[in-house]
Amino acid sequence: MSEVIVITSGKGGVGKSTTTASLGVGLAMRGKKVALIDTDTGLRNLDILLGLERRIVYTLVDVAQKRVNYGQALVRHKKYSNLFLLPTSQVADKTAIEPEQMKQLVDTMRHEFDFILIDCPAGIEQGFQTAVIGADWAVVVTIPEVSAVRDADKIIGRLQAVNKDIKLIVNRIDPQMVKAGTMLDMTSIDDILSLPCIGQIPDDREVINASNQGIPIIEWNNTAAGRAYDDVVGRICGEDIPFKPFETEGFFARLKHVFGH
Amino acid sequence: MSIWDKLFGGSNNRSSKQIAHDRLKVVLIHDRANVSPEVMNHIKNDIIEVISHYMDIDKNAMEIALENDADSVALVANIPVNNMRHDAGRRR
Ligand SMILES: Nc1ncnc2c1ncn2[C@@H]1O[C@H](COP(=O)(O)OP(=O)(O)OP(=O)(O)O)[C@@H](O)[C@H]1O
Ligand SMILES: [Mg+2]
Repeated sequence: MSEVIVITSGKGGVGKSTTTASLGVGLAMRGKKVALIDTDTGLRNLDILLGLERRIVYTLVDVAQKRVNYGQALVRHKKYSNLFLLPTSQVADKTAIEPEQMKQLVDTMRHEFDFILIDCPAGIEQGFQTAVIGADWAVVVTIPEVSAVRDADKIIGRLQAVNKDIKLIVNRIDPQMVKAGTMLDMTSIDDILSLPCIGQIPDDREVINASNQGIPIIEWNNTAAGRAYDDVVGRICGEDIPFKPFETEGFFARLKHVFGH
Repeated sequence: MSIWDKLFGGSNNRSSKQIAHDRLKVVLIHDRANVSPEVMNHIKNDIIEVISHYMDIDKNAMEIALENDADSVALVANIPVNNMRHDAGRRR
């Protein structure tokens, strides 16, 4: 059985592409055959995050417009041979692909892959329609800020209108701020959006360090964000993984903060 | 925040987390209340059906609307009644 999941958010820059790359690698590490489709035409990023930017020959636009088969456009990951990227064009714009073309493509690719993850562009225009149409269910990524949660709610309305199941990932949580009561936590976001949550990803500087090198953070299992993404992958595979409390600094570190500045 | 709050991670005042939570709740009520005209029409027809069991109403003059104020949203209906039905009390 194949599963097609769209990773979306409404608001830009909250971590859709970062999440898509890590979930893709995580599923591949568990032996699944995975395709990642970048639908952010004109602003492609997934190739960079996976370290595959120099291997692109054809793109999603070529495939959707039937110039080549999807197999010719797929780029195999260097380390995980069962992970593939279908990159999009950096020059075309979102109108180059019709939602119906995308649906057909996804339905063809289903036969070959265990998981297809679709990285959605920000916004609610045609790019969103195209990304969403072929998906079985959706991951909505948000961050603990009023504006991002509000945009997530808008996207959730759109997704529910087309009967997609939705699961939530809250990204960039700062455990110390949550503890101090200066940031929304997963429970309060859950309460507002009333959706099942499959991930709580801490804000982690190593995410940028890893992406500089074209490595999805999940490959670094000694990082807080990497481990949190690994838990998400387990949950997607149906494992019952409890949410662990974040490690926050102890009393003495807080003492240092107070007297340090 | 006092030094004491900083050390023990607490404060008696409403936290900014709580403020964010409350603001979001209100914003989303308003956002979600932007119901499409089709949905409003469905609601209107359903109301007509229910009320008609009890009263003879002026369907054409009836109006329903969502009205917002600072922290709440209300569904307001104006339904002119032409006549009460004789059998209204006997239903159920
Ligand atoms: N958990 C995290 N901790 C720290 N930085 C993060 C985290 N997640 C994402 N980022 C950073 O946030 C930025 C935006 O991430 P990303 O590109 O994945 O977002 P996006 O939702 O795909 O953006 P867009 O809407 O432009 O497509 C990047 O610089 C990324 O490194
Ligand atoms: Mg992106």
